Amino acid sequence: MKRPIIQFDNFSFKYRTQMDVTLKQINLTIYEGEKILILGPSGSGKSTLSQCINGLIPNSYSGDITGTLLVCNKEPAKVGIFEMSKSVGTVLQDPDGQFIGLTVAEDIAFSMENECVAQPIMKQKVQEAATLVSIDHLLEQPPQELSGGQKQRVSIAGVMTEQVEILLFDEPLANLDPAAGKYTIELIDQIHQLSDTTVIIIEHRLEDVLHRQVDRIIVMDNGEIVADMNPDMLLSGNILTTVGIREPLYITALKYANCKIQEHQKPSQLNSYITEIEKNNIQTWYNSYTKEKTQEKEEEILAIEKVFFSYANKRPVLQDVQFTIKKGEMISIVGKNGAGKSTLAKLICGFEQVNDGRILFRGKDMANDGIAKRAEKIGYVMQNPNQMISKSLIFEEVALGLIARGLSEEETKQRVEATLKICGLYPFRNWPVSALSFGQKKRVTIASILVLNPEIIILDEPTAGQDFRHYTEIMKFLEELNRNHGITILMITHDMHLMLEYTTRGIVIADGKLIFDQKTSEILTNSNIVEQASLKVTSLFELAKACEIENPIDFIESFIEYDREVREHGADAILHA
Amino acid sequence: MAQMLSYMHKDTWIHRLSGVTKMLYFILWSIVGMVTYDTRVLMVMFVISIILFSMSKTSFYQVKTVFTIIGIFLTINILAIFLFSPLEGTKIYQSRTDLLHLFGSYVITKEQLFYEFNVALKYFTVIPVALMFIVTTNPSEFAASLSKLGVKYTIGYSIALALRYIPDIQKDFTEIKRAQEARGLDMSKSAKFSHRVKNMMAILFPLIFTSLERIDTISNAMELRGFGKKKKRSWYRERPFTKTDYVSIAFIFIFSVLAFVVTFIDGTRFYNPFI
Amino acid sequence: MKNNGNRIVVATGIGTALYIALSYVSIPLGFIPNTAIQPRTALLAFLAAIFGPFVGGAVGLIGHTLADALQYGSVWWSWVFPDALFGIAAGLFAAKYAIEEGGFGTKQIVLFNIVQIVANVVAWVVVAPVLDIVIYAEPANKVFTQGAFACLGNVITVGVVGTLLGLAYTKVKAKSSSLKKED
Repeated sequence: MKRPIIQFDNFSFKYRTQMDVTLKQINLTIYEGEKILILGPSGSGKSTLSQCINGLIPNSYSGDITGTLLVCNKEPAKVGIFEMSKSVGTVLQDPDGQFIGLTVAEDIAFSMENECVAQPIMKQKVQEAATLVSIDHLLEQPPQELSGGQKQRVSIAGVMTEQVEILLFDEPLANLDPAAGKYTIELIDQIHQLSDTTVIIIEHRLEDVLHRQVDRIIVMDNGEIVADMNPDMLLSGNILTTVGIREPLYITALKYANCKIQEHQKPSQLNSYITEIEKNNIQTWYNSYTKEKTQEKEEEILAIEKVFFSYANKRPVLQDVQFTIKKGEMISIVGKNGAGKSTLAKLICGFEQVNDGRILFRGKDMANDGIAKRAEKIGYVMQNPNQMISKSLIFEEVALGLIARGLSEEETKQRVEATLKICGLYPFRNWPVSALSFGQKKRVTIASILVLNPEIIILDEPTAGQDFRHYTEIMKFLEELNRNHGITILMITHDMHLMLEYTTRGIVIADGKLIFDQKTSEILTNSNIVEQASLKVTSLFELAKACEIENPIDFIESFIEYDREVREHGADAILHA
Repeated sequence: MAQMLSYMHKDTWIHRLSGVTKMLYFILWSIVGMVTYDTRVLMVMFVISIILFSMSKTSFYQVKTVFTIIGIFLTINILAIFLFSPLEGTKIYQSRTDLLHLFGSYVITKEQLFYEFNVALKYFTVIPVALMFIVTTNPSEFAASLSKLGVKYTIGYSIALALRYIPDIQKDFTEIKRAQEARGLDMSKSAKFSHRVKNMMAILFPLIFTSLERIDTISNAMELRGFGKKKKRSWYRERPFTKTDYVSIAFIFIFSVLAFVVTFIDGTRFYNPFI
Repeated sequence: MKNNGNRIVVATGIGTALYIALSYVSIPLGFIPNTAIQPRTALLAFLAAIFGPFVGGAVGLIGHTLADALQYGSVWWSWVFPDALFGIAAGLFAAKYAIEEGGFGTKQIVLFNIVQIVANVVAWVVVAPVLDIVIYAEPANKVFTQGAFACLGNVITVGVVGTLLGLAYTKVKAKSSSLKKED
C-alpha cells in the first residue's frame, strides 16, 4: 500500500470575507506518486482546495477551518507558507503574475536565490531545468518577449529546481493556445514519469487534460466532492453533465449514436475504444442525420486589401493580408500567440495605421477615419473587462461613450436602457460594477460598445478563463446579437470548440500571413494548417477516422448542428421532429 | 509611450564594473557636481565625463531623445533664472560688468553670463555619467549589488520588480487609452481641460485598479517560492568585485576629496575670476 | 489579504512602475502657467493612503529618481526628496482612511485632504526651494515661485484625482449588500 501524502479529514473552510462555507466536509486522501485531476466548474471550490494544500489558506487568505488537513505530515495552517513550499511546488494560473524575474534565467533561479544557494550550483541547476522544458535557448530573454506557453514553461522549470514532493498546477491551460496546452499536458506527464512526484492538476477542461493518462479524477461542485474515481468510470457515468463540465466531444458523439459508454472498455482512450459496435452505430447515426443548408451571406461589409504592417524598425507583423467579411457573419481569427491576430484587430479599429494596403468599410477606405469615428462602425472589446470599466455604476459605464459624443440626457437614457435590455442587464442597471461576476462584467463591456450602434464587433478572447457554463452564457449572448440584431462578429480566439461551434468561417494567421480562410470544420481537419498555426485536431476528427467515415468534415458539421439542437431543445425534440 | 532609456548589453570595462561601483561613482559625482561652482573643477569633470562616456561605447542615437529633452529644459531654466534674477551673478561675484542694456532693469552682465554658464556646465558634467550608469548597468545585477552596501534585499527587489513591470504597465496604458478613445473619449490636447481630466480618469481607474489586483497575485507567487524566508539571499546575476572596481572606487573618493579642497580653499563654492 | 512584508515589497515595486509609467502623462492647467495636473502625484497619495508611509516614501523616492533618470538621464534631487517626504506624510494615517475596508467616507476624505495640503505646502513651498538654493544656488525668487506653482498643481491634482481614486477604490472593495434587481 502506498503512503498517503495528502489527507483531508472532515475539512471545512470559510473565507473571513464571505458569508457561506466554501469547502464543506471534505474527506480526501491522495497517495504518494499519484497523478490527480481536480475537476469542477468556477466557484466549485477547486482552487480553494489547492490553496489549502500549499498553505496560502489560511496564511494569506484568512478564514475559519474545521477538521484536519495533513500534507506530507505537516499541517499547512500551523507551519506556514514557507515550510509548505519545501514540499509543495505551485504553478499558478496567471503566467504574468508568476513571472517575477527580469529574465528567464533569474525567474527559474528565484526560489534558489531565496534559499541562498551558491551561484555556481544555481547556474547549473537553471541550465538543467531549462533544458528539461526546452527553453534553454531563451535564458536571457525578458518576459515581454515570451509567449504565454513559454512563460508557463519557465514557471514549471522554476518549481523543478526545488525538489518538492507534490506539484500543484492551478488551471495550467487557461492562457494557452491549443498546441501549447497539449505540450503542457505532455510535459506534466513526462515530469510525473521521470520523478516520483505526486501531481495535482486543477482544471475544468477535461478533454484537454485527458490527452495523457491520469490516475484519478476528483469532481467538485458547490464546495463538495461529488465524485472520486478513475477517468473511465467518470466518463461512463453522468456526473459531468450534472455539474456542468463538458465531456470529451467524442464521448458526446458516441452517446448521440446510442452507444453505451462502458467503463471496462476504457473510454478515456479514444483509439482503442472503438469496436465494430461503435463503428456501426456512428455510421448509422451519421447516415440518418441530414443537416440544414446554411445560407451564404451576400452583402460585403469589411474588406482587408493587401495589408502590410510592422512596428517601428522591427520585423514585419503582418504581410499581404487580404480577406473580406460579409454582413451578418460570425468569424473566428485563430493562430498562435504573437502571430499577428491582435495587431490585425488594432489595424481595423485604427489603433495602429497600416504601412501599406487598405481597409474598406462598405467599400470606403477608412484611412482618414480616427479611432472614435471608426468605433461608431466597428466596436472593440478587450479581453479583460476590468481594463475597460472606469465607472462604478453599470448605467454610467454604458452611457460613457454616448455622453462623450455629446448626446442629450434623454436620448442617452433611452439608448442605454434599450442596450441594457438586450444584454439582460436592465435589472442591474443601478448596481455597482464591482458586485458583478466576471461574465456579467464582460456583458457590461459589450453593452458599452453595443450602445454606439456598431455594425461589427471585434472581441479579443471572449471566453478566456471561463468554465463551460459561463462560456455557453457568453457565446449564446453573442450568437443572439449576431442572429437577432444582425451584428457582424469577429472573434480572436484560442478555443477550438468555440471556433467550431459558434463560427462558420475561420481565418488562420501564422507568422504574419493569412494561411487559410475556410469553413472552420475544414481548418481542424487539415493537419498541415493545424501544425503551422499551433492549433489542435479535434477528437471528432479522430473519431470519424476510427469509424471509417469518408467525409469527416461533413461528419463534424453534422455533430455540431445536432449537438446545438440537443442543447437548445433537448434530445426528444429532434427525435420527434 | 515615449521612449525610455534602458540597459544595453555590451562588453566594455565599464559594463563589467559592479553596479554598486557605478552607483557610488554616480552619487559622489552628482554630489560634487551639485556642490561645486568652481569652474576649474567643473571643466575637469566635464572632460572626464566625456571620456568615460565615449569609453562606454554608448551610441549617441540611443540617448538622442533624452539630450533634446534636456536641451529644452535647460534653455527654459536658464532663461527663467535671467527673468527672475538678472543680477544674480553680480550678487554672487560681488562685481558688475554691464554688456548690454535690454529694457527696464534687465541688463546682461558678464557676471550673469558666467554664472549661467556655470549652471549649464554643472548639468553637463553629471548628465553623461548618469546616462552611462543607466545604459551600462544590468538592473538585476544592480539590485544584487545593492545588498553589498548593506541595503536590505527587499528594497533591491522592489526596484527590480518595478523595472520588470514597467513595460507591462506601459502596454496596458496604451491599450486602455485606445479602447477608451474608441468609445469616443477625446484624449488629444485640443479637448477642453475639464474633459481631458475626466477622460484621463477613464484610463487611470482601470489601469491603477487592475495593477493593484496584480499585487496580491505577485506577492502570493513570491511567498510560495520562499521570498522573505531568510535574512539573506543569493543572486543569480551577482558579480564579484574585481580590481577595477576597487580602483574605480578609490579614484572617485580621492577625486571627490580633492574637488572639495580645490573648491572650498578660498572659502566659497564659487570660483571668482572677477576680483 | 494580510499586509505582510512581501505585500509591501510588491506594492512598492508595482507602485513605482505605475508612477514611472504615469510620469509621461500630464495636463497643463492652462489658466495658471507652469502648472499641470500630474496623475502620478495623485497615484502617490492614493498608494500611500492604502499602504502607509513606507510605501509612500519609497515610491516617491525610488519612483521620482528612476523616472528622472530614465526620462532625462539625470536626477533633480531637490525635487526627489520633497516627493518622498510627501509620500510619507500622505501615508501617515493610512489605517484611519480604511480604503481597502470600504471605509473611505466624508470624514476620511476631509482628513486625507488636510494632510495632503499641509504636506504639499511643506514639500514644495519650503523644502524644494530651499534645496534648490542650497544645492544649485538658484535665485530665491525663481525657486519659490516655481515651488508655489508646483504646490498649487499638486494640491488640485491630489484633491480631485486622488480623492476620486480613493472613493472609487473603496467602492470596489466595499461589500455590496442589499442589492435588488429592478424591473
